Amino acid sequence: MEALVFLINKALVAGLVIGSIYALGAIGVTLIFGILRFAHFAHGDLMTLGAFFTLALAGIGASLGIATPFPIALAALLPAMLLTAASAIAIDRTFYRPLRLAKVRPIIIVIASVGVTLMLQGAIRLVAGVGTRNMFFDQAKDIHRFTLPGARREIVMTEPQVVLVALTICAMVGLHWFLTRSRLGKAMRAVSDNPDLARITGIDTDRVVRATWVTAGALACAAGSLLSMDVFLKPDLAFNLLLPIFAAAIVGGIGQPFGAIAGGFLIGFSETLAIFDWGVLFRELNPLLPALLQLPTSFAFVPTEYKLMVPFVILIIVLVYRPTGVFRGKVF
Amino acid sequence: MIAAAILIAVAIVVFASQGPVYSTRMFVEAGCYALIALGLNLQWGYAGLFNVGVMGLIAAGAATSMIATFPSNPLFWNSGGPGLLGWFLARLGLAILLIVFANMSDRIGFGPKARALAIAVAIAAAWILVTEGVNPMAAEIETKATWIGGFGLPVFVGWLLAAVVAGLISWFIAKVCLGLRADYLAIATIGFAQIIKTFLKNADWLTRGTLTVSPLPWPVVKPAEGEFLLARSLYLCLVAVLIIVIYLALQRAWNSPWGRMMRAIRDNEEAAAAMGKDVNRRRLEIFVIGSMLIGFGGAVLIHFTGVFDPAGFIDLNHTFLVWVMVILGGAGNNRGAIFGALLIYVIWTMSAPAATLLFDALRDYGKVWFDWDAPSDLDSRAFQMRVFVIGLTITLVLRLAPAGVLPETVKHRK
Repeated sequence: MEALVFLINKALVAGLVIGSIYALGAIGVTLIFGILRFAHFAHGDLMTLGAFFTLALAGIGASLGIATPFPIALAALLPAMLLTAASAIAIDRTFYRPLRLAKVRPIIIVIASVGVTLMLQGAIRLVAGVGTRNMFFDQAKDIHRFTLPGARREIVMTEPQVVLVALTICAMVGLHWFLTRSRLGKAMRAVSDNPDLARITGIDTDRVVRATWVTAGALACAAGSLLSMDVFLKPDLAFNLLLPIFAAAIVGGIGQPFGAIAGGFLIGFSETLAIFDWGVLFRELNPLLPALLQLPTSFAFVPTEYKLMVPFVILIIVLVYRPTGVFRGKVF
Repeated sequence: MIAAAILIAVAIVVFASQGPVYSTRMFVEAGCYALIALGLNLQWGYAGLFNVGVMGLIAAGAATSMIATFPSNPLFWNSGGPGLLGWFLARLGLAILLIVFANMSDRIGFGPKARALAIAVAIAAAWILVTEGVNPMAAEIETKATWIGGFGLPVFVGWLLAAVVAGLISWFIAKVCLGLRADYLAIATIGFAQIIKTFLKNADWLTRGTLTVSPLPWPVVKPAEGEFLLARSLYLCLVAVLIIVIYLALQRAWNSPWGRMMRAIRDNEEAAAAMGKDVNRRRLEIFVIGSMLIGFGGAVLIHFTGVFDPAGFIDLNHTFLVWVMVILGGAGNNRGAIFGALLIYVIWTMSAPAATLLFDALRDYGKVWFDWDAPSDLDSRAFQMRVFVIGLTITLVLRLAPAGVLPETVKHRK
């Protein structure tokens, strides 16, 4: 029983949390890839930027003496999301739009996004330093505990984790409604399917592009902020997120937001299950097994330091055998 | 002409201000970067392939050359290590064969579903074979001999092996991604570079990991034997000869029918395919050749540095800096790549003290004028300023001068 609780804590809860982060990031990547047709390398740093906006707003709020019934960082999340969305539009206006209008090859815009990555990275660290920060300042995080019958240990989820999972579910429902019911969402899907056809039917592509950046930016901010609330805020937060997020978007099929969510959870759970030490479970099973079939007492599919292998291997397998992704997205 | 004049002027300024010993070092390193930039120019300038994994190829090349040329470790050869290593390599080979055979199973009558199943089983089996093989071997080698040591081969052989290994790695990546759009190649290369670095950092049995390996053998007089300046100057001559030879070869390739075909593929894939060119095969070819050059350049660079430190390979210095060199110098122009590499490397190296100076001034004046207390980690922030500038340069060049300083020359025959 103890081992089971351990499994739930270390693998399932952790997978749910990191999967939500990947899903929120991958929605943005897949929308941008589908509508603007380029791999947005700066997405990870958009997340970091969002997290720093949240931190800054929370800091300002705290110094003004605003009291909230829940941690102030959570209250700062919504305005920070708006701010990040605005920054995303501004970045698009200054760096990507001129290239788009000049009708360059799409790969040039990818390189520009690499340039933006470096600029964001440099700028964030220039302003905020390279140290680690706590999004909750000195406050303690609320911890939710659940007890399984017959177990002494408890299943633990911290408040940011609960908010993260709730927010991901909200984002999924909201996105579904937005893309299938609203005019703008339908226009986005139309542009994603066929930009030329969408333009000649009178869809305002500029508006669609703005909506894409708003969605992508806001979700990136939410993911970045909640991840750094869950652990700590580090300026190099983004770098290790980039590959899993791209992998999630490609596994789900480019241009398929729901595929991206599924891909995000797939990558998240694969990662945590791969680095989970199965020896904990095996130790409990060993007394039940005959002497010949004893399982190792310490066993993980992938050593923790090679965590990045997991999304990469999944990415390679998908690219080789099913480049359209699991949900039959586009392949360019 | 103007570019050459600028370079000579820069060289004079550097030599005058930094002293000959340090300047020679800077120019040798710049020369190694020129080799790497030529390789990247082959991929991006000739063929339009976006490789963001330059760092990984440099690291792979450097590690290969380090292992090939470092004096051998008697502790390893006298222990059970070689047998274990052979056993591991056999397992690795078997694992690769398993996957290859599973992929070819449709030729012996497997349907799509059976083939998918065979591949899944093969991948799982290969994974178990390799991971189960590596741990006992690594533990044995690390306790008995710390690491496997080198093979004591001549340096030039090491450099060639570096090119071969970098080529093999890029062949694998390219095989997976080249049929798809360039974005996928970018994602895969950036991921692979990280994995190579992680592997080199953690595989203590192979590379000594964080303990680093030094001193690496030099192909010319060692600094310890000769004078610093003499040794470095000889190395500089060697690098210069390498650059010239490779440059001439690449120019020939560029002007040959092969080079014309590559540019045709880059500029209009469909048209080239319609003319009967095997687009993916040609791209694979040029990607591998470019990567070999990058790996080679990385090996030359690491031997000059003398220390193999896996943590020393960073994306900023070994990927993005090279990109700035190529696109600023002029993609598709080999002289542009060399010019960009030399100029940018000098500016990059000199900008470190300049940024620190600027930030110190900022701190002092900020204190005096605005009573501003600078954060204590100001020096590390000064470094970040350079990251920002690299990013800004990339975006500005793409927007304002997409052809670079020395643009690609297009010959029109009448």
